[in-house]
Amino acid sequence: MLLSNQNILTTKELTKQDIQQILDTADSFKEISTRAIKKVPTLRGKTIINLFFEPSTRTRTSFEIAGKRLSADVINISGSSSSTEKGESLIDTARNLEAMKPDILVVRHKYSGAPALLSQFIDSPIINAGDGSHEHPSQALLDLLTIRSQKGELEGLKVAIVGDIRHSRVARSNIQAMQTMGIKVCIVGPPPLIPAEFKYLGVEVSHNLREAIKDVDVVMVLRIQLERQKQGLLSSLREYSNYFCLTQESLDKARNDILIIHPGPVNRGIEISLDVMESKHSLILNQVTNGVAIRMALFYLLLGEKNANPN
Amino acid sequence: MQTLIKDGHVIDPANKIDGSFDILINNGKIEAVLPKGKSSFSKIKDVKVIDAKDCVVAPGFCDMHVHFREPGHEYKETIETGSASAAAGGFSTVAVMPNTFPVNDNRSVTELIFSQAKKTSLVNIFPIGAITNGLKGETLSDMGELKESGCIGYSDDGKPVMNSELMRRALEYSRMFDLPCIQHSEILDLTLGGCMNEGIVSTELGLKGMPVEAEDIMVFRDICLLRKTGGRLHVAHISSGGAVDLVRQAKAKGLPVTCEVAPHHFTLTEEACRNYDTNAKMSPPLRTHKDIEMIKEGLRDGTIDIIATDHAPHDLADKQVEFDNACFGIVGLETALPLTFKLIDEKVITLQKAVDLLTQQPCRIFNLDKGTLGVGKDADIVIFNPNTKYTIDPKNFKSRSKNSPYKGWNVRGKVIHTFVAGNSVYSAPNI
Repeated sequence: MLLSNQNILTTKELTKQDIQQILDTADSFKEISTRAIKKVPTLRGKTIINLFFEPSTRTRTSFEIAGKRLSADVINISGSSSSTEKGESLIDTARNLEAMKPDILVVRHKYSGAPALLSQFIDSPIINAGDGSHEHPSQALLDLLTIRSQKGELEGLKVAIVGDIRHSRVARSNIQAMQTMGIKVCIVGPPPLIPAEFKYLGVEVSHNLREAIKDVDVVMVLRIQLERQKQGLLSSLREYSNYFCLTQESLDKARNDILIIHPGPVNRGIEISLDVMESKHSLILNQVTNGVAIRMALFYLLLGEKNANPN
Repeated sequence: MQTLIKDGHVIDPANKIDGSFDILINNGKIEAVLPKGKSSFSKIKDVKVIDAKDCVVAPGFCDMHVHFREPGHEYKETIETGSASAAAGGFSTVAVMPNTFPVNDNRSVTELIFSQAKKTSLVNIFPIGAITNGLKGETLSDMGELKESGCIGYSDDGKPVMNSELMRRALEYSRMFDLPCIQHSEILDLTLGGCMNEGIVSTELGLKGMPVEAEDIMVFRDICLLRKTGGRLHVAHISSGGAVDLVRQAKAKGLPVTCEVAPHHFTLTEEACRNYDTNAKMSPPLRTHKDIEMIKEGLRDGTIDIIATDHAPHDLADKQVEFDNACFGIVGLETALPLTFKLIDEKVITLQKAVDLLTQQPCRIFNLDKGTLGVGKDADIVIFNPNTKYTIDPKNFKSRSKNSPYKGWNVRGKVIHTFVAGNSVYSAPNI
C-alpha cells in the first residue's frame, strides 16, 4: 500500500505525497484511454462495486469505465434498485455485498458521513464518490490533475471557487486538497451560501465575483440549484446570475490565461454563460477525461500496484 | 426489620447535615439520623447493618428529565429497565417525559405509567404530562386532569411549543395548578434538518447545523411571556451560554424561571461529533468550549438550579445509521454521578452543592416530598464512594440501550447502594 489510507473518504486525510502520487499515476494512465484497444489487464479478476444511493451519470460512468479499462469486473447498484428502499439498513446492504467478496466499494450517498460509517463495518477499501455536503475526493483530484496538466505546478497558484459553497462537497474536497498542495483558495458567493465558519478553513471569502477573480489562475464554477430559493438562501436565480454568473464581462479584469473548470452538470446561463463555457479558457471536458484517469489511479493504488504493471 | 447505615459521611442539604452520621431505617422511613458514635444504635437487635465507611450517604438522587419509552417504544427502554438504570446511577426518583406512544396527554396514559411503575419499577416514577395534545402544539392538554392523576409538570419535551400564543396560554393556565411548564427551547425554523451544533465542525463535516440562537431566542421569548402570564417556566437541558445569561437576567428581575443542565452539556463539545459518532448526536446539540465555560459559571453562581440527565435510550438500530438519520440523545442515568465529579474536580462546585443539585433542588422546583433524609421521610438513600476510580463501559449499563459517548472514560464516583423506601434496589457488584 503506497497511500497512507486504505480508504479514500476525504481529501483531508490525503498527504501531499499521496496526492502527488495519485496525480502522477493518473498521468501515466491517460494514454490508455487514447489507444484503439482501451484495456489493460492490471486488475483482471478484481471486482468493483459501484454503490450509488444517489442519482449520478457522470461520476458513476467514470468509475465504471475506469474499472473496465483496467479489466476489473464492475457492478453497478443504484439507489432505486437497492434494498435500502425495502428498509434494509445501509450497513446491512453493504455487509451483504461484502459477503460476495468485492475488492473495492465505490459509494455515493445523499447523507454526509455514510461512507465513513460503512468503513467501520466493511473491510474492503471504500472510495467516497460523494457524500451529502461533505466530500467528493475523486472530483477534487481530477480538478487538480486538470489544473496541473495546464500549469505544470500547483504550488503557489490561486483559485477562486464560485457558487453554493454551503452545500458543495466538491468545494470542501477541493479546499482541503488545494491547501495541501499549496494553492491559495478564495470562495465567492452570496453570504447565505457561504457559512461564516469557512474562514476558519483558511480561505479568503468574497462576495464580489469580478474583484475576486481579478488575479486568480483558475476559477471553479459550481452548479447552483433552484431549490435553494425555496430554502430562502437565494432570492432568485435571475438575481444570482446578475451577480455571480461567469460571463465575458465578469472576466474583464481577469488574467488572459485564466482557466475555467466546473464539476458539472452545468446550468448554462445561470452560473456560467454559454460563450465562456465554450471559450478557450474552459477545461470542462478535460475534467471529464481526466476523471477516468484519476479513478483508474485510485483503483490501481488501492488494489493493483503490488502485482501489476501500469502499462 | 430495621436497617442501619453506619460510618458514612452524610450529606443532606435539605437538613443542613454534612458530617459523620449513622442512619436508622425502620419500616421504609428514616427513623433517626444521629452523629457517629453518639448513637445508641449498637444496642438495637435484629438490625441489618450497612457499612458505609469511606462513602458518602445522601438522599437518593432525583432526575426530573428522563425518557423511559413506555408505552410505545419498549425495545429502547421500559419503565422496568429504565428504573434499574436509575437505581444503578443512584437515582431513587425520576420524572418521565410524555413523548411516549401514545403521548401522555391524558389521565389514561398517566394511570398506565403508574400501574406499570407499581408492577415493575425499582424507583419512584413521576410522570410529566404534555403541554399540548399529542405534542402537536395545537391545543392545550387537560392540565387539571393530568395533575389530579399525578403528573408533576408539563412539557412537550423533544419538541418546543412553537406557537407563542399557545405557550402564553399554557403558562397562564398552568398557574391554576402550580406546576412548572418545562420548555425544550428550540426555534424550529432555525434548526430544520439540523443534526448538530452549527459551527466549524458541522461545516467541515457537511452536516446541517442547529445554531445556538435557536435556543437563545426561545428562552428569551418564554421569559418575555412570563412577565405577564405568571406561571412557572423551567428551561430543560440548557446548552447555550447565551441562554444561561438570559436565565440569570430573568432571575435577577425576580421572574419565576428555573433551569437544568445535563452532564453531557458540561463535559462534551461539538468536537465529539467528528467521525460522525451518532452517540454524540443530541438535542440540544453539544456546543462549544465557550458554552461549557458559561454553563459552569451558571452552576457556580446558582443560575442553573439542577442537574438532570435527559436520559434518552435508543437502540443500535436507531443509532447505527447515517448521522442525519440517527435519533437524538444518550443514556445518562448511569454516568451522571461520575460526570458530576468532573465539576467537583475542576472546583466548579463542591460535593455538597452537587448533592444539592441532584436532590433538594429538583424536589423544590417540582414540589416533591423527596430529596431529604428528614426523620419520618421515605428512606430513599444513595451510598456512593467518591474515590473509587473506574472506566465507563456501556456494556455494563442496566439500561436496555447502550448509546453513550462516554465509553472508555476514566472517572471517579461509584454508586455502592441505592435504597427506595428502605428497600435495597441496587448494590454494586463485588461489594
